[in-house]
Amino acid sequence: MKRRRDIAQTLAGRHKAAVLVVTVLVGVGLGFGVAHLMAGSIAYWGVVSGPFLITLRVAIPATLIAGITGVASGYVLAKGRFPGRNVLETLGSLPIILPPTVIGFYLLEVLSPGTRVGGFLTRVVGHVFVYNVYGCIIAATVAAFPFCMRAARTAIEGVDPLVEQAARTIGLPNWRVALLVTLPLARRGIAAGLTIGCARALGEYGATLMVGGDIDGKTRTMSLAILDSFTTPERNTMLLILVLMAITAMTGVGLLGRSRA
Amino acid sequence: MTAALEVTVTRHIGEFDLDVAFAVESGISVLFGPSGAGKSLTLALIAGLARPDTGTIAINGDVVTDCAHRLHVSTQERRIGMVFQDGLLLPHRSVLDNVALAVRQASGRRARRAIARSWLERVGAEGFADRRPGSLSGGQRQRVALARALAGDPSLVLLDEPLSALDSPVRRELRALIREVIISSGVPALLVTHDAEEAEELGDVVISFADGRVTGQRIVERPVRPEPPQGPPGSTESA
Repeated sequence: MKRRRDIAQTLAGRHKAAVLVVTVLVGVGLGFGVAHLMAGSIAYWGVVSGPFLITLRVAIPATLIAGITGVASGYVLAKGRFPGRNVLETLGSLPIILPPTVIGFYLLEVLSPGTRVGGFLTRVVGHVFVYNVYGCIIAATVAAFPFCMRAARTAIEGVDPLVEQAARTIGLPNWRVALLVTLPLARRGIAAGLTIGCARALGEYGATLMVGGDIDGKTRTMSLAILDSFTTPERNTMLLILVLMAITAMTGVGLLGRSRA
Repeated sequence: MTAALEVTVTRHIGEFDLDVAFAVESGISVLFGPSGAGKSLTLALIAGLARPDTGTIAINGDVVTDCAHRLHVSTQERRIGMVFQDGLLLPHRSVLDNVALAVRQASGRRARRAIARSWLERVGAEGFADRRPGSLSGGQRQRVALARALAGDPSLVLLDEPLSALDSPVRRELRALIREVIISSGVPALLVTHDAEEAEELGDVVISFADGRVTGQRIVERPVRPEPPQGPPGSTESA
């Protein structure tokens, strides 16, 4: 019986990515379906689809970037022994505490071609990062990053160091110990951080408005569009889609972090 | 002839002072003494999991720690195998993966898994190769841990109280298995225990520890007996 259960668990693990994709697709489809039924027609599609797709274009890369940098930073903070660790964590956590408009202001200072830093950055990179989708992605990434970083640090610190030591005795180099032992064992906490980070990226409003503007068809995400259409019927559709997207994202990332051990 | 292991180290931790010097030849050597005598700390120093304050450690003639010259070879490069009290297998990987990850002498995945399977057979654990460590009994986990320690073709195997968490019948069964597998592999081993019976049964040499010092060293007399028939040991444990 145990062997059969183990095989089932292994198969389930191999299909996690597929489960995640299906969950997202079903969730989004369900969202549109319910929204369609509620609205009574698909006349809103043109109004709703633009912000919806822009939200996906912003939230998905923002979650990925915040996830990768957040987990890497969390690992360094958990494992590193150097002065100023707590200062770094505090700096990384500032977006949680600061009002989104303040974050937006500082991002504009760094990214806007009209400022000294932003002008230098624009000349070096050869690309403008404000009032386009890249600005929105950067704003959402900054908002999501601290949640990913803090959750990763806590989860990595919770991994039994003796298991990591045992992995070193069999000759695994430190980077393989991190990839094969530490991160898999910390995956539940990391997934929780990604979930919150993803939700934060989906709902980012203030900094996105300041850095990306509110340009229809270009930088208008669902959060911005809801405010713009506050007196129109599309508002309900968009509210519902945003809620369902958040639930779907949380369910999907939660599935990734479920323990199989 | 070069000793398999030469240790001359000191380490000060709080009120405790470790100051030991000994050498280990082939076969199984046992560090025996009460809890708190410094046995496990000595093993950690040999494994490179901790650093001594002064002294040197050489494995097969290769100096891996030399405090005077600030030399400290990493645990990964010491080419050791280690069995811990609780097994410390990777809980999220299969038994076969746990052993295959330790195989250093082959590069391909298939070759590594083949070597891992052969070691699982030698310790009587081939029946649960696809299971996860969490579903195994304590004795089964230690069989896998022994296979993992030996699968990487180590120069030295360290066993830190490998049987202390097990019930008596399983402990007796595994004593015979550990001795048989290690002796037949030809890899020198250093085992830590506070159990006198275990030290007698497993060790060729017993090095006594007390209060961070070596207090004695003696060779265990063993009656000469015919070689046992070769073949993989079987398991009588239940899951």
